[in-house]
Amino acid sequence: MKNEHGKSLLLSVVLFALFIGVWFVATQPKESAQQSAAQDEYAALMGKGAAKSGGFPPPQEIGKAIVTHLSDPFKDNGPNDKGIAIQLGHSLGRVGMGFVLAILVALPLGFTIGMSPLLHRALDPFIQVLKPISPLAWMPLALYTIKDSDLSGIFVIFICSVWPMLINTAFGVANVRKDWLNVARTLEVRPLRKALTVILPAAAPTILTGMRISMGIAWLVIVAAEMLVGGTGVGYFVWNEWNNLALPNVIFAILVIGVVGMALDRCFAGLQKLVSYTE
Amino acid sequence: MAFLHVENLTKSYPGNDAPVFENVNFTIDKGEFVCIIGHSGCGKTTILNALAGLETASDGILTMDGREVAGPGLDRGVVFQSHALMPWMSVIDNVKFGVRSRWPDWRKTQIEAQAAQYLEMVGLGHALQKKPSMLSGGMKQRVGIARAFAIQPKMLLLDEPFGALDALTRGTIQDELLKIVQATAQTVFMITHDVDEAILLSDRILLMSNGPRARIAEIVEVSLPRSRTRHDMHHDPRFYRIRNHLVDFLVSRSKDPKPADETHPPVVRPGETEPAPDTLAA
Ligand SMILES: Nc1ncnc2c1ncn2[C@@H]1O[C@H](COP(=O)(O)OP(=O)(O)OP(=O)(O)O)[C@@H](O)[C@H]1O
Ligand SMILES: [Mg+2]
Repeated sequence: MKNEHGKSLLLSVVLFALFIGVWFVATQPKESAQQSAAQDEYAALMGKGAAKSGGFPPPQEIGKAIVTHLSDPFKDNGPNDKGIAIQLGHSLGRVGMGFVLAILVALPLGFTIGMSPLLHRALDPFIQVLKPISPLAWMPLALYTIKDSDLSGIFVIFICSVWPMLINTAFGVANVRKDWLNVARTLEVRPLRKALTVILPAAAPTILTGMRISMGIAWLVIVAAEMLVGGTGVGYFVWNEWNNLALPNVIFAILVIGVVGMALDRCFAGLQKLVSYTE
Repeated sequence: MAFLHVENLTKSYPGNDAPVFENVNFTIDKGEFVCIIGHSGCGKTTILNALAGLETASDGILTMDGREVAGPGLDRGVVFQSHALMPWMSVIDNVKFGVRSRWPDWRKTQIEAQAAQYLEMVGLGHALQKKPSMLSGGMKQRVGIARAFAIQPKMLLLDEPFGALDALTRGTIQDELLKIVQATAQTVFMITHDVDEAILLSDRILLMSNGPRARIAEIVEVSLPRSRTRHDMHHDPRFYRIRNHLVDFLVSRSKDPKPADETHPPVVRPGETEPAPDTLAA
């Protein structure tokens, strides 16, 4: 077991080194020497030196970008020059707000739907129609009604997080083992105590699965939403650097998005483990 | 006046033409241990659930301690066929859950002590902090018994509590249950498929005919001293007479019991008399 772990880790490292190696070789500067005049002109037009836009950036430039950004993550020199930590803070703030709002709506509603088959059937068509709508499709509507790009971003996160949570909560609550409910009934446990001490822990693994899915989607969506509304956040950062044609920065941001997304997912995996039980 | 009265209890499910059972009549006295035996599907669990208040009968009257049974309550402790422990709670938390429900005003330490005491009683004092998933089937069942006993109900309802256990474990837990019941003079209604278990534990055994339209066909009084043990019971000729009578009922008479007085099944004491010639056939 331990050995297997070591082997897979070694393989990962080897694959990574191989990837960087191939990347390095493929982006050797000699290719950029044969750059066409048109590309030079285009680069000049964009206000950049030829050296900077010489094709796809090699790995060492990404490394440089990583070092530069991480050495001053909290800088704040106006709207187009903020440190990555600040941008991340904005994105995570929006995701957090939207996510918490979604919990506030999805948990009570999911509980009610899960306990009442009648309500479940009545609300099911709405859920089925609303669920597959791309969260970004709500964006124009949100911007029009809310008239605030920040709040619109939060709303989009809310709307995309709410469905998996709602559906999983309702499913988990509806499928609590009858035996446990019967125990609570024979012990004359009051409804609120029953909800908190029997139904909630019994459904918690399912509910957290829903939250984990929601968080995954929310993190996908926030980047796109911030590209649309602009202003702040990692999504805007990516868009801004693309407009500057600063590809190393774009790649750096992509890496950060991936790492943060993984960290969020790990958090929820940990929470899931905390509330899971074996029968 | 008996402690528990069951009068003309009938249960039919919508969609089924014949009721599962009908005109079930029996009583249980305070401190009495009554077992019910019958083939699978005749409606034993349904009767127990009706006594527990978890299910409503279609017809009939159910009174306990002079009051009509309406819904489940803390005056009856139920041990479920599938133990029904909450897997996210430790053993002692499972029992404490019941104790806290019974006495919401108790202090933490008091609840803890009560739970621990009853777990000690079923021999699980060493496993208080374990999760149910770490216990064997017999241990889980004992936690269920402790949870039901710890709320000190007026009556215990046990649905095949030892059904899933091997013979050896079953014997040990039977002995424990016998000891506890003898010490506390608990009133018990229990379902079992095991004839020996019924004889060991009960004062009376209700024999149920096959469904649909099942009924209590006979009530067998177990005329062995209450201080019986599993060991010396096997040397008592009365034990074998009772045993033969029960087996004979299950094998050949449960399908089509004598249409005696429907509402008041005959009470028999097969241990006392020499068995009638026809029951020897088994
Ligand atoms: N919800 C239901 N709808 C229709 N019929 C039911 C329902 N629940 C139980 N029954 C029927 O009622 C009868 C009695 O069921 P019950 O569980 O009481 O049997 P039992 O005597 O406890 O059997 P076993 O010994 O196998 O546990 C069965 O024949 C079953 O088919
Ligand atoms: Mg049953």
